[in-house]
Amino acid sequence: MRTLFVLLDKEVRQFFRNPFLPRMVVLFPLLVMLVIPWITTFDVRHIGVAVVDHDRSEVTARLITKIGASDYFSLFDVVDDYTSALRHLEAGEVDAILEIPSGFGRGLELGTPERVTISANGVNAVKGSAGMQYLIRVVTQTCSELQAERGIPSLADAVVVQNRYNPTLEYRNFMLPALMIMLLIMICGFLPALNLVGEKEAGTIEQINVTPVSRFTFTLAKLIPFWLVGFVVLTIAMLLAWAVYGLTPAGTIGAIALAAALFVLTMSGIGVVIANYSVNMQQTMFMMYFFVMVFVLMSGLITPVESMPEWAEWITRFLPPRYFIDIMRAVYLKGTTIAELGWNYGALALSAVIFDLWAALSYRKQA
Amino acid sequence: MKAIEADNLSKRYAKTEALCGVSFEVEEGELFGLIGPDGAGKTTLFRLLTTLIVPDGGTASVGGLDIVRDYRRIRELVGYMPGRFSLYPDLSVEENLAFFAALFGVRIADNYELIAPIYRQIEPFRRRRAGKLSGGMKQKLALCCALVHRPSILFLDEPTTGVDAVSRSEFWDMLFELKARGISMLVSTPYMDEARRCDRIALIDRGSLLGIDTPGGILHRFREPLYALSGDDMYGLLIEARRASGIRKCYPFGAAHHLIATSDFDPTAFVRELAARGFQKVEIVPTEPGIEDVFIQLMHHE
Repeated sequence: MRTLFVLLDKEVRQFFRNPFLPRMVVLFPLLVMLVIPWITTFDVRHIGVAVVDHDRSEVTARLITKIGASDYFSLFDVVDDYTSALRHLEAGEVDAILEIPSGFGRGLELGTPERVTISANGVNAVKGSAGMQYLIRVVTQTCSELQAERGIPSLADAVVVQNRYNPTLEYRNFMLPALMIMLLIMICGFLPALNLVGEKEAGTIEQINVTPVSRFTFTLAKLIPFWLVGFVVLTIAMLLAWAVYGLTPAGTIGAIALAAALFVLTMSGIGVVIANYSVNMQQTMFMMYFFVMVFVLMSGLITPVESMPEWAEWITRFLPPRYFIDIMRAVYLKGTTIAELGWNYGALALSAVIFDLWAALSYRKQA
Repeated sequence: MKAIEADNLSKRYAKTEALCGVSFEVEEGELFGLIGPDGAGKTTLFRLLTTLIVPDGGTASVGGLDIVRDYRRIRELVGYMPGRFSLYPDLSVEENLAFFAALFGVRIADNYELIAPIYRQIEPFRRRRAGKLSGGMKQKLALCCALVHRPSILFLDEPTTGVDAVSRSEFWDMLFELKARGISMLVSTPYMDEARRCDRIALIDRGSLLGIDTPGGILHRFREPLYALSGDDMYGLLIEARRASGIRKCYPFGAAHHLIATSDFDPTAFVRELAARGFQKVEIVPTEPGIEDVFIQLMHHE
């Protein structure tokens, strides 16, 4: 016990004497939480639209005004023929073309409307598909407005959409818990790994190895400091989410803290395992990047696990961040309780035990 | 009981044979020197005996304990000062010492009288970060850290490499004080002059011991005539001497070249011959062999 305290005391002193680490632990979450949420959004705006108007009726005029007024679109031009519109699309000046056939307005009044064509640039798949969706919505909306004015019942009101838990379908609310997790993956995975391999490179580990310190005590002393660092990072991130984006967890803070505690132990365990098997910084960094990449892309941080192919979904079961992400989103957005997420907490606890034990056992005082 | 006993120790790294069948004994309270060039296997031997690595063959015991079976108990018994400075550069002198003391479950005060003669020299800088110390002070701190738990056997791997001549001599004075307190020591060094201060030395090269003896005994092994050759064109002389008959070996040695000759070698005739070839101020005098000469001789006898 006393040895553990001595080792921890040494780690803390070294941490605060490092000119870089304490600042990074504060600045890194600040930067990530203040900058990234504004740029990782799938809400596409300012989609360039060219309208090919063969109809030139009151209806099309209204449609064009609507497109021009919307923040989602920037109306590039209204032209007479499709070829010149296509040229704009090819030049990259517009993202989508809306072609209105002649007789569209009259057909609408008679109840037999002509077909509207939308051509979208698929190179930027997100922008193209979003642009298409928005355009369809604008066209149907305008049509039903007109029909309503003329007393024709429209179908558009038949479906009512309600987004539970994230009422405005704000992508940011989906991303914020994910960003917190990314911070923990980066900081709590990399720091212990680099710390340990740093001792290898400096040779100080040799001096420790000739002492009677047990590998469990030594490993614990490498895990605990970063467990605390993880909580500091998470606190900063949660405060920012509340102060800047007004997002507070719908569930209890305790539910988040418990999951984070288990997850950070898992991540720092992984870091120490990797450092134990590598000889120098390069090897450690390379291995860490590999795992972080897999974690970020495959655990449902950005793309939902459910939309992955079945084999990939099967792999995600072995990725600890997956369970943490489920918990964070459920607690933050839905207010789910620990009991309801029992399976996820169990999986995280198991992974923490596995990786921390592995970390202690793979640490060799003797080669 | 011997302090250290090694019997046919072997260790290989991938394809290189770092140690091949090394056997020697260190008596209790003895200051035993391990002399050899870089890459001879000195550090491997140290790492084996301090239980950092396990041997591929042979056995060894430290303080009567087997290095494989009883490695835990050996760690409480020995002090190790690696060749490379490996204390925490971002901790102060005092913090490093207190840290290593605590890892062995003791306080600095417990064994203060043992380290005092050394520690007093660096005590004025006790709040300075270890990384900011000079080479000589680093080495004194490392020795303090290796001694703070009062080990009975001390392993010092090239403790004076990269340290100035005065500090080196001071360091050896300290080792003598420790020896007087009954601590057994295994010291490696590439410096032949330090070898003379050991009780016994072992010459090591390419993973094998070339001979074990007292420094004087080692010198007695050198039986062939040895001459020091000097002159204006030193390089030319080296080439000539290597080509001449009656000379076994010629190698640069400080300001002169040392010649190992056969018994029928005639130095005056050789000088005449050289003068005839246009060499100027050629001098050749018989000289006493040093440990280095013994080393070179043994190395080439294989």
